Amino acid sequence: MPDRYPGYEVLQKRNSPSWNDKTRAVIDQRMAIDPNHHAFFTDAEWPTLRAICERIVPQPPDRAQPAPVAAMVDEKMHKNSGDGYRDARLPPMREAWRRALAALDAEATSRYGRRFHELGALLQDDLLKAIQNGGVAQKAWGDLPAKLFFEKRLLHDVVSSYYAHPAAWSEIGFGGPASPRGYVRMSFDRRDPWEAAEARPGSEAKARAENARVG
Amino acid sequence: MSDDAEHTPRAIDGHAPDVFHHGGWVPMRQHGEDDAVDFAIVGTGAGGGTLACKLAEYGFSVVALDAGPYWRPLEDFASDEHHQAKLYWTDERIVGGDNPLQLGANNSGKSVGGSTVHFAMVSLRFRPEWFKARSKLGYGADWPLDWREMWSYYAEVENTLKISGPVNYPWGPKRPRYPYRAHEINAAGLVLAEGAEALGIAWSPTPLATVSAPRGQSPPCVYRGMCVIGCSTNAKQSVLTTWLPRALKAGAEIRDLAMVGRIEHDKSGRVTGVRYHRQGRWRFQRAKNVVVAGYSIETPRLLLNSASSRYPDGLANSSGLVGKNLMVQANQAVWGIMEREIRAYKGPPSLAITEHWNYTDAGKDFFGGYAYMSQGPLPLVWSGVQASKRGLWGRPLIDEMERYNHHVGLKIVGEFMPQERNRVTLTDERDQYGLPIPRVTYSYCDNDKRLIAHSLAFMRQALEAAGATEIWDETDDTCHLNGTARMGDDPQTSVVNADCRSWDIPNLWICDGSVFPTVGGVNPSLTIQAIACRTADRIKARAAHGEL
Ligand SMILES: Cc1cc2nc3c(=O)[nH]c(=O)nc-3n(C[C@H](O)[C@H](O)[C@H](O)COP(=O)(O)OP(=O)(O)OC[C@H]3O[C@@H](n4cnc5c(N)ncnc54)[C@H](O)[C@@H]3O)c2cc1C
Repeated sequence: MPDRYPGYEVLQKRNSPSWNDKTRAVIDQRMAIDPNHHAFFTDAEWPTLRAICERIVPQPPDRAQPAPVAAMVDEKMHKNSGDGYRDARLPPMREAWRRALAALDAEATSRYGRRFHELGALLQDDLLKAIQNGGVAQKAWGDLPAKLFFEKRLLHDVVSSYYAHPAAWSEIGFGGPASPRGYVRMSFDRRDPWEAAEARPGSEAKARAENARVG
Repeated sequence: MSDDAEHTPRAIDGHAPDVFHHGGWVPMRQHGEDDAVDFAIVGTGAGGGTLACKLAEYGFSVVALDAGPYWRPLEDFASDEHHQAKLYWTDERIVGGDNPLQLGANNSGKSVGGSTVHFAMVSLRFRPEWFKARSKLGYGADWPLDWREMWSYYAEVENTLKISGPVNYPWGPKRPRYPYRAHEINAAGLVLAEGAEALGIAWSPTPLATVSAPRGQSPPCVYRGMCVIGCSTNAKQSVLTTWLPRALKAGAEIRDLAMVGRIEHDKSGRVTGVRYHRQGRWRFQRAKNVVVAGYSIETPRLLLNSASSRYPDGLANSSGLVGKNLMVQANQAVWGIMEREIRAYKGPPSLAITEHWNYTDAGKDFFGGYAYMSQGPLPLVWSGVQASKRGLWGRPLIDEMERYNHHVGLKIVGEFMPQERNRVTLTDERDQYGLPIPRVTYSYCDNDKRLIAHSLAFMRQALEAAGATEIWDETDDTCHLNGTARMGDDPQTSVVNADCRSWDIPNLWICDGSVFPTVGGVNPSLTIQAIACRTADRIKARAAHGEL
């Protein structure tokens, strides 16, 4: 897939009037997360979580600094920072994740004789789809509703970690932090010089040049 | 000196944060805990913050407590959805029923200033007939309020917040022109306009509580678009930046990081003050009157948690209605893709609106109404919609998200019916203060479902007419909380009277979104603030007659 916003990098604006001090402090911290650090998940659980994250939000292999999605999920669990509500059918967040990772590996082992992270991408996707559609073996999951866990916990926690990272913002052409400068050009097909330029067929080089000037 | 708003109270030692300056302070009057203040107010949001200001200005002694921190937006607010989750009420709550609600970011704030610190600023008046929904329109319940009186309180609030809006608003009875000019409409709003014009219905720039020109220490809005994660420039006219600075000046005391766990009463049954947790221990503030303004989940929770041998079912609950008739609003949407770039992240999220289906009754197969507005979801919210609601992940999610700048949507704020089965109750689980946590049960009724179906079909036509393709329905979102302690004329069928005074305990009041008997098809906070202004006037009048 060609890059829709070639060369666009939100972080280029770090020292511009689009970032206030608080934003710089918060994003610096996020950029410094060690992708291998895990304080909540055990060494046994960790590869399973990483494999899940890679399938849910795949990142380009040549990305200089990929979003440390698994470590961000781990941080959320470690701090136990919940969302303020829990579906009555699900156990508390941390317990739900622990039980689900165990169930996923049990399911993988019973189907294929290998743990989840040892499977190829296609089999991993098949398994994840089975969970999403509720087509999993009840034995491994016990009374944990797999489909609900997938929708309300797994997708929520993994996807919200990825799209909280500047790498994802650059990928989708989001302006990113914007205080105090904000924006001026509000109408259709208008971009401020500090916004991402989109490559249309034939305009790839122009977009790349404009994106190099974003700041 | 440590200045960590989340862990150390700032409103203490005779001063409170100056929200307009980095590291700034303003003087604050303080009261001893044994000094029985005229009013202890629980919650400083749209209801409690407004009331605190008005009562202090009328000369009453006021202590207003909030479980949340006291922010200085200029120094504390990042342009970051993830970090700004610090504004939300994220203590655990259990959700159930046929349609379990999404709480937290979606509808519940925990800050001095309440949910208005991260609200979307849409500031609308009720349709007059809604105040008599039962007798005039045949559903729900009548309010004990007269719309003409409310019309003057709406004007007071609109002027206090310097609402930016159009010269002529297309719907409803005459109203004064909005104090500040309307904001420029972004591309997402222009799509709404094009669709409405194609279908022959009126639309309008949305009246918004963010200034379009300088106002005091608020600069004009810079169209940063992050209103729902907290405004970092103070253009937003929230309770934090409007009513509360005035309240402090008038002598009110505000206590941040102060969680009220229980309201106490004496042998005669009158309340005597609030037990609250601050700086690591439980304390007690004496008060001649207590006002509960914690919003539609925490208000009934506190009343129920205050049960005693005299009031075994909780305070103010002789009707059995505390916690019942919870009403969220429908928040369904249609989304599509435009060839043109939209970049909906720029500007306040809902710059254009139509209230056509609030004011038109012909052609409806349901009770109630809805407004719909243009949308500007930020990446975390948008990816959540794509993943959790639409089920996308992997490559399909990444590809869909790459079209972020081309998506466009229309979303309703729709009226759900009051139902007693939709309610707040207590569970056996405890929170960090040792208090029972709430369970929130919600199920749509048939009328709710018909309203949703009507709105989705209509908005689809509008989006198509504006040229969007690949249109799909988001069928299960809700917003705002109202009800659980409704006002009325009859102690058997309501919790408080028109003055927000509880029927059972004359010195216990409830003044927030909880008192709504019906919810209407507009965002609620302008109405909550108007009711708070009215309540203050009624209290002043009663006090003058020695009737408090
Ligand atoms: C994302 C979002 C967007 C919104 N957009 C709009 C909009 O555009 N227009 C609109 O009109 N409305 C909007 N709303 C809704 C609006 O913010 C609320 O309706 C309104 O703020 C409710 O007022 P309230 O006084 O009832 O409660 P709140 O404003 O929520 O205030 C309640 C306060 O009480 C405190 N509290 C609760 N319990 C206790 C306790 N036991 N002890 C101490 N403190 C306690 C809480 O910390 C909170 O600060 C939005 C809400 C959200 C979340």
